[in-house]
Amino acid sequence: MAKIFIYPATSLILSDLVSRHGHTPLSSAVAIRERIQTAGLESLPLQITPEEPKKGLKWAAVEVPAGVRGRMSLYGPQIEQCEAAIIINDADLAFGCMGCARTNELIKFLLRQKDIPKLDLNYPKNEEEGVQFVAAIKRFLGELKKREDTK
Amino acid sequence: MTDYTPTHVGTVTKYVVVESFEVTPADLAIRGYEISNGAMIKETCFGLVVNGKEEEVDRIVTELRKVDPDHIFVKDRGFPPGDSRRCRANLGGARPGYHGMEYEMTVIPYVSHGLEELKKHDAATVPAPADPLEHPALDVVTLKKLIDAQES
Repeated sequence: MAKIFIYPATSLILSDLVSRHGHTPLSSAVAIRERIQTAGLESLPLQITPEEPKKGLKWAAVEVPAGVRGRMSLYGPQIEQCEAAIIINDADLAFGCMGCARTNELIKFLLRQKDIPKLDLNYPKNEEEGVQFVAAIKRFLGELKKREDTK
Repeated sequence: MTDYTPTHVGTVTKYVVVESFEVTPADLAIRGYEISNGAMIKETCFGLVVNGKEEEVDRIVTELRKVDPDHIFVKDRGFPPGDSRRCRANLGGARPGYHGMEYEMTVIPYVSHGLEELKKHDAATVPAPADPLEHPALDVVTLKKLIDAQES
């Protein structure tokens, strides 16, 4: 069972398809759950404390806005531990403020720098593309499973 | 700053989203209550939110998927059901994160169709989708043809 980073990290479709094929999706919900289930100082609403931008320094320079570094403290450890990634390139739903936009760019950059299997896709726009979309993910995850079995 | 004492520690929460002509969230909720053993199940407009120990939630989700495997989708959630930081009952308007799910609900029928079709066909025989990173550049042969067409 491989750990697959999904982009957008909140994607219902990717999260479902990855877990359907027996792998573990790394999504933002998992990172948020860790924080809201850990005791500490109250920092509403997501329990992102002033410590998070400091942790984010591992992935973004000090002159990068704290919003990006805070977000990277969620996604950075997941990018480090992921064994593969599925990226949807036309994910308009990942749109947000400049913090979100720059973090998204940094996430994609870090994933492309990392030497792991990656699958780049667009959302399907009709039924034919839907079949190709699901088949591409199935093939990609199947190959990962074969690779794991041969190890 | 005040101390923060978390609730529902050690549990997981999952969304069960249903996009089906045959199954409604109410049907799924009844099935969920039937098989639940201590998990918290909340019915919503799009499906269910299930909270409990990881093994119990996984078991419920696996059983619920069997109701309509190609039209039921599952994903993790960070907050437990009804959490005042996320629940729209406290905030007003749609829950943060719902808009993303709402967008994907427009694409899910194509994915469901793909899942159905791949039961009949082998995935290896389906052509690969267009590579989104590929920028179709003007190749030399086409450029030469264009130049020739202009000159003639």
